[in-house]
Amino acid sequence: MTTHNEERLGEFLRLLPSAPAGWVTAAQELPIARVQLDALVERAEANAAFRASVVADLEVAIRATGVEPSPVVVEHLRKRLAG
Amino acid sequence: MTVGLDVEPSDADLVARCRRGDQTAWSALVERFSRYVYAIATQAFRLPQHDAEDVFQDVFAKTYERLGSLRSDDAIRPWIGQLTRNCCLDHLRSSGRTVLVEEPEDRAAEDVIAKLDEAMTVRAGLTQLSTECQDVLDRFFCRDESYRTIGEELGIPAGTIASRISRCLGHLRTELEGRNLQPPPSSGQVIR
Repeated sequence: MTTHNEERLGEFLRLLPSAPAGWVTAAQELPIARVQLDALVERAEANAAFRASVVADLEVAIRATGVEPSPVVVEHLRKRLAG
Repeated sequence: MTVGLDVEPSDADLVARCRRGDQTAWSALVERFSRYVYAIATQAFRLPQHDAEDVFQDVFAKTYERLGSLRSDDAIRPWIGQLTRNCCLDHLRSSGRTVLVEEPEDRAAEDVIAKLDEAMTVRAGLTQLSTECQDVLDRFFCRDESYRTIGEELGIPAGTIASRISRCLGHLRTELEGRNLQPPPSSGQVIR
């Protein structure tokens, strides 16, 4: 950036509105969600019946851990259980 | 706004703390780059909100998983920028839209991203101003609040808002001109 007239500064500030608060919170809670999913996967690996119920409805299983089942989280769990 | 951090840490500090498992630093990192990721998805690639949300979560999930592979901690901004580009392109491909590198719309996306990079530099300058200036500039320019709303929210006469904005923009200009602005560091690596 070479010039900093005040009108341009205002234009630059306008280019970066806040992301929706819920999106930001979900991303901030990712590490917590990972811990919850780790526990879920561990339990699923130890208990075939529980694993079958998780696989049958990933979203419900995720929500039961207190984590919002966003597409990214669901996909993450699907890969973990397939692996 | 910072998340539980008294002083505004550098990008490199945040990254280093995130690597050590510091949840507060992770929250601050997400907050710092959330506008950037959101703007790239919605302005540069014009994704509708629903698709932009998927990309947004995907970018931060990958950031969390791959932070250890970042070669230079202070290169987090270009690294997240590239990651967001890749996620947007992957999303467009998976939704059946053809993406060709040399299409005019892709060059336009790059132009928008270049502007967003400058905007991030301006925003970094904003964080060095007083809380009062950060608040009034954010409300007016980013949240598009009227003088009246800002006056009511902050408990100050609406007639003084314009002069306050002008004064704070002056401080911001001084802050940015006082910096030896360099182009943001390159991450120096290809991200997939």
